[in-house]
Amino acid sequence: MTLSADLRSEITHAMDHHGGPRAAMLESLRMIQQAHGWVCDAHLEEAAALLGVTTAEMEDIATFYSLIFRQPVGERLILLCDGASCYLNGGEDVRDAVMARLGIGFGQTTPDGKYTLINICCVGGCDHAPAAVIGRDRKLVGPLTPETIDEILGEAAL
Amino acid sequence: MNEHKPLTGRARPDRSPHTLEEWRKLGGYAAVERGLKALSPEQVLDMVDDANLNGRGGAGFPAAKKWRFMPKPGQSPGDGPSYFIVNGDEMEPGAFKDRILLEAVPHQLIEGAILAAYATHSSEIIVLIRDAYRDAIANVTRAIAEAEAAGYLGRNVLGSGFDVKMWVHPSAGRYIVGEETALIEALEGKRAVPRKRPPFPAQSGLWGRPTTVNNVETVSCVSHIVANGAQWFRALSRTEEGGTKVFGVSGRVNRPGIIEAPMGTPAGELIEQAGGVSGTGVLRCFQPGGGASGFLEPDALDVPLDFGNVAKAGSMFGTGTMIVLDQSACPLAVIARHMAFYARESCGWCTPCRDGLPWVAQIMMRLERGEGRMEDLDVLRETVAIAGPRGRTFCDLMGGAMAPLGSGLARFGDLFEAHVREGCCPIAREYGRSAA
Ligand SMILES: Cc1cc2nc3c(=O)[nH]c(=O)nc-3n(C[C@H](O)[C@H](O)[C@H](O)COP(=O)(O)O)c2cc1C
Ligand code: SF4
Ligand code: FES
Repeated sequence: MTLSADLRSEITHAMDHHGGPRAAMLESLRMIQQAHGWVCDAHLEEAAALLGVTTAEMEDIATFYSLIFRQPVGERLILLCDGASCYLNGGEDVRDAVMARLGIGFGQTTPDGKYTLINICCVGGCDHAPAAVIGRDRKLVGPLTPETIDEILGEAAL
Repeated sequence: MNEHKPLTGRARPDRSPHTLEEWRKLGGYAAVERGLKALSPEQVLDMVDDANLNGRGGAGFPAAKKWRFMPKPGQSPGDGPSYFIVNGDEMEPGAFKDRILLEAVPHQLIEGAILAAYATHSSEIIVLIRDAYRDAIANVTRAIAEAEAAGYLGRNVLGSGFDVKMWVHPSAGRYIVGEETALIEALEGKRAVPRKRPPFPAQSGLWGRPTTVNNVETVSCVSHIVANGAQWFRALSRTEEGGTKVFGVSGRVNRPGIIEAPMGTPAGELIEQAGGVSGTGVLRCFQPGGGASGFLEPDALDVPLDFGNVAKAGSMFGTGTMIVLDQSACPLAVIARHMAFYARESCGWCTPCRDGLPWVAQIMMRLERGEGRMEDLDVLRETVAIAGPRGRTFCDLMGGAMAPLGSGLARFGDLFEAHVREGCCPIAREYGRSAA
């Protein structure tokens, strides 16, 4: 797989305008992920070449950040908050219900490739606790209850 | 403008941002015009100094004092720009105040950033925003483009001779990116591991250039100070420390939310405004400033919440976003969640943090399940004694993590022991699990 012309030019633009090639590494990874859902080896190597950095340097960054995915994720992404304010409002009941419903744990994707469930620190939605951010737009949802999780599972489209 | 809520008074309930035109109609950019045309950088800096603006990112360091470390033109070592960085990484448990300032009032942030860059002789402004805040990233990016088109950013802004550009750097997870020297590493395209200080960022920061890092809320205050004067800003507060504060109240309260109120507003009043304590309706304890602040109990409800007074009361004002526990909530369980968070987010550079925190988190989980031993409490106390004091680790993540643990052990020692003795959580036994 090769990067689209659009992506290549966006990466070059980030490099020219936002502090040079090294500073643009994370931005490039984010753009690739936005377009493809995750970052595969071929894309990572191509972006590194475009920026003039080594693959190892690029990998160094990709593996540091928890929200750069180096393996495929499901069509629907659920980042469920495990922070204290959510815990205090029944977050773990919601967690248990989501896990039971999908049959997966944190960091896993359903066998049909539909859902990926990830735990995340406070998402800045403590006034909507228990909260999650879902999908490509990281839409904030909450307060969640075990009874209403089906709605958010439906909405979490990538 | 709502004068008692300068920072959030203009935010719309649905948090949709204003266009530049709408913002100008509300008085927006008047402060930038005034600052750049009528005031020198030093005068802007002096106003912020007189206003007693303390940093809102956690440590409460006086903004003007930090800005004075930045070299004046001609004194700067070598060639190249100075940088002004806005820290929008907000990931502390219980902190959700910067989100509204980024999403709903991005032009307020841009105004403050322009004036701050002017005062610190910086020609590039970078706003780092965490990945989960996609609306914030989009809204700030759009507002920057509008400000550029209107001539508030770019070359020779408003004919003042001041050049400044601004852009957004979206992050991709990892709490440690919010630590200011780790943030600088991140912007240089490295793994976000904190740097050794000295040199401080004002001497050698991003790409070795003079750099200032301030929190979103700190920066959002600046245009109001320039527009209305230092005296006015100080008078907003109930204490010595200037301004209002964008407080947050969450956890066991009936109407959790953001409350902008005078600096120095006591916790009791804020909890009242948040609809009072939920669950049993009776307060057990609270953390006044996010996950890394020590617990306070009902006897502290009258303490004016500002950096100085909360420190005197034995905790830390931190982010000013409090987490409330009622009688049916177990502080040990909350600490266990915090420890799991800090353990996960350690950057791994220093041993007490990388190896100590996962151990502490495991012990806390074991205690919560009623499987702990009395010796575990000694290990916890020892870890607090070793790694709690500032300066024992490379950055304050470890020290911050020790604050809730240390204060929990000190205040609720009996409860810790009861978990061991009784082989279960006595609070859960009395009230049931996760009563809300
Ligand atoms: C582990 C860690 C995480 C931090 N995260 C943030 C953050 O997300 N936002 C922030 O403004 N400050 C954060 N800080 C504090 C910054 O290092 C820095 O002090 C702050 O951005 C300075 O801004 P201020 O002076 O305006 O408060 C963090 C500090 C530590 C030790
Ligand atoms: S205290 Fe923890 S987060 Fe901070 S530098 Fe050391 S290992 Fe990294
Ligand atoms: S603790 Fe879950 S959103 Fe803040």
